[in-house]
Amino acid sequence: MAGIEVTALHKRYPDGTVAVDHVDLSIGDGELFVMLGPSGCGKTTTLRAIAGLERQTAGDIRIGETLVNDLPPAERDIAMVFQFYALYPHLKTRDNLAFPLRAEGLPKPEVHERVNEAARLMRLGPLMDRRPRQLSGGEQQRVALARALVRRPRAFLMDEPLTNLDAELRADMRTEIKHLQGELGATMVYVTHDQVEAMSLGHRIAILNKGRVEQIGTPLEVYDRPASLFCAAFIGSPPMNLIEVEVADGKLRSQGGLVLTPPPGLPRDRRLVAGVRPEALEVAEPGAEESVPARVVSVEWLGDEIIYVVDHGGQRDVRVRMPPTVRFATDAKVGLRHTGGTPAVYDVSTEELVA
Amino acid sequence: MAVSVDEAVATGPARDHTPPARRRGGRGRSVLEVALLTLLAVVMLFPVLWMIETSIKENRDVYAIPAKFFDFTITLDHYRDVFVDPDGGRSALSVSFLNSVVVAGASTVLATVLGVPAAWAYSRFAVKAKKDQLFFILSTRFMPPVVVVIPIFLMYRQVGLIDNKLGLILIYSAFNVPFTIWMMKGFVDEVPAEYEDAAMLDGYTRLQAFRRFTLPLLVPGIAATAVFALIFSWNEFVFATFLTSSDDVRTAPPAIAGLIGGTTTDWGLVAAASVVFALPVLVFAYLVRKHLIAGVTLGAVRR
Ligand SMILES: Nc1ncnc2c1ncn2[C@@H]1O[C@H](COP(=O)(O)OP(=O)(O)OP(=O)(O)O)[C@@H](O)[C@H]1O
Ligand SMILES: [Mg+2]
Repeated sequence: MAGIEVTALHKRYPDGTVAVDHVDLSIGDGELFVMLGPSGCGKTTTLRAIAGLERQTAGDIRIGETLVNDLPPAERDIAMVFQFYALYPHLKTRDNLAFPLRAEGLPKPEVHERVNEAARLMRLGPLMDRRPRQLSGGEQQRVALARALVRRPRAFLMDEPLTNLDAELRADMRTEIKHLQGELGATMVYVTHDQVEAMSLGHRIAILNKGRVEQIGTPLEVYDRPASLFCAAFIGSPPMNLIEVEVADGKLRSQGGLVLTPPPGLPRDRRLVAGVRPEALEVAEPGAEESVPARVVSVEWLGDEIIYVVDHGGQRDVRVRMPPTVRFATDAKVGLRHTGGTPAVYDVSTEELVA
Repeated sequence: MAVSVDEAVATGPARDHTPPARRRGGRGRSVLEVALLTLLAVVMLFPVLWMIETSIKENRDVYAIPAKFFDFTITLDHYRDVFVDPDGGRSALSVSFLNSVVVAGASTVLATVLGVPAAWAYSRFAVKAKKDQLFFILSTRFMPPVVVVIPIFLMYRQVGLIDNKLGLILIYSAFNVPFTIWMMKGFVDEVPAEYEDAAMLDGYTRLQAFRRFTLPLLVPGIAATAVFALIFSWNEFVFATFLTSSDDVRTAPPAIAGLIGGTTTDWGLVAAASVVFALPVLVFAYLVRKHLIAGVTLGAVRR
């Protein structure tokens, strides 16, 4: 296993599309690193550049100590799992697994042993003599993972490997991949546009937007302090509330009168927005202690929780996450209260975190 | 190639698969349908039938007036004459059949060998002005071949390819390569590029990845394309007539045409030669009919 170092990566396709503008990544040995971002932000392109399937326009890629810019994919010793599993349709599972090993010219007994080991890890026993067409999506995906495993590559690249599976299977496979990664101590770069997948899998997450890295951090860091308005809007469901605030008397004050504790080092004379998670707010009886008046605009019952959308000082889309026991009707007058700690504060003009 | 496409479709077992909805209709309609189809079939098939009949009639039955439809003596003499010369040895016709096999076969192989990798490249790589290039390639098929017969003739005379099998092979390949590229590009587009990506990560070079993974998946497409190319080369008449003259170079179409005219025409021989000429393509198309249908309906059904 080896770490991966991506420096100032830039990729322009021949038709002029800049898919990756500027990306720096430093992925540790044995790390499960997730790249998260909306469709078209350059995740696949970055991954393919690391794999050597796409030649970058500028920038360096190192795997371990080796600068691999000029190495063909075959010499980078990396395995990739595709969204479309790319199992060879004319080969049985057993041969699909053995193929990369035969390409390396390994002796037969060793091929046999490694194939069996990967099959055991991914529990492919009964599927070994079937062709891809005779496998379900989930099974194909397990075979694809096993095929990545057999080679014992220096790193795994995964491009939305679970997108084609249904929700339940996806959750299972997620657990499986995480477990496997931990067991093997494998370096893994995992691309997804599903934030739940990113949060639950990643040791660290890189959030990409328009070919640039917006933020890199642990799932908690990314969730608690999104580095930009883009990240704030992208992570969390429902997303963070962005409430316009002013600094007054050493406090942050919203138009509706909500008062928040300011983080230290706030710049002056700028338009600011506070990022407040729905669970850092509370709806209460009107006039409750430390609450400001608000009105319920709509209610989303999700079973285990209720999302209240409230109108607060003219801002009609403030979302509040409440336990299902707290019930207010639409249009009810309520009190809105901040219960969380210090919020993240953003500059409206730069869209960046300021404190 | 429109005619060939129709032929190819017709070889399929389309009848049995007619969806029930199309069969409903009233009784009147089905009678009309049957009547029209029968009429069409008679018009289309009569010449073929007559050709086959003539090929097995004795000469006096061939010229009999009124024409004999059923009560004639069957003979295989004409077929013998196709292959064997009256004074023993090989007949000129059999030589021209052999030439046809060589020319059609070689030009098809050449067009496939050149066209398939080109189609792959156009499908997989970012080529400058790809669309324009592809359009240019296709545009060489826009004009009727006859238009270029004279210039080709002059050029061939300069380089000594007149009355030369190689000359025919080259010109047929030139006509088949654009067709092969276009048809094969469709097939290559259908094969996900990820197979090659995966293979390259597994340790193969790009070319190996193409050869070992994409190529096997292209076999049906190659078969369909090659049959069309083969049919074109096999049937080609204009260039063969203009560019070849001697018996040992000429292909079957001008050779058969050459039997007609002169003082007497041995219609039995013409018919027998025509049957022999038509058979290989029919048999071949029948053998690969599954692939042909796949080729013709390519793109009609999305995955
Ligand atoms: N071969 C190509 N030629 C030209 N443009 C391309 C090519 N491949 C991708 N692009 C463009 O580059 C941008 C980034 O594409 P990329 O596939 O990396 O996005 P992505 O983040 O993986 O998106 P998704 O989540 O939809 O898979 C997109 O705008 C895309 O249209
Ligand atoms: Mg992608």
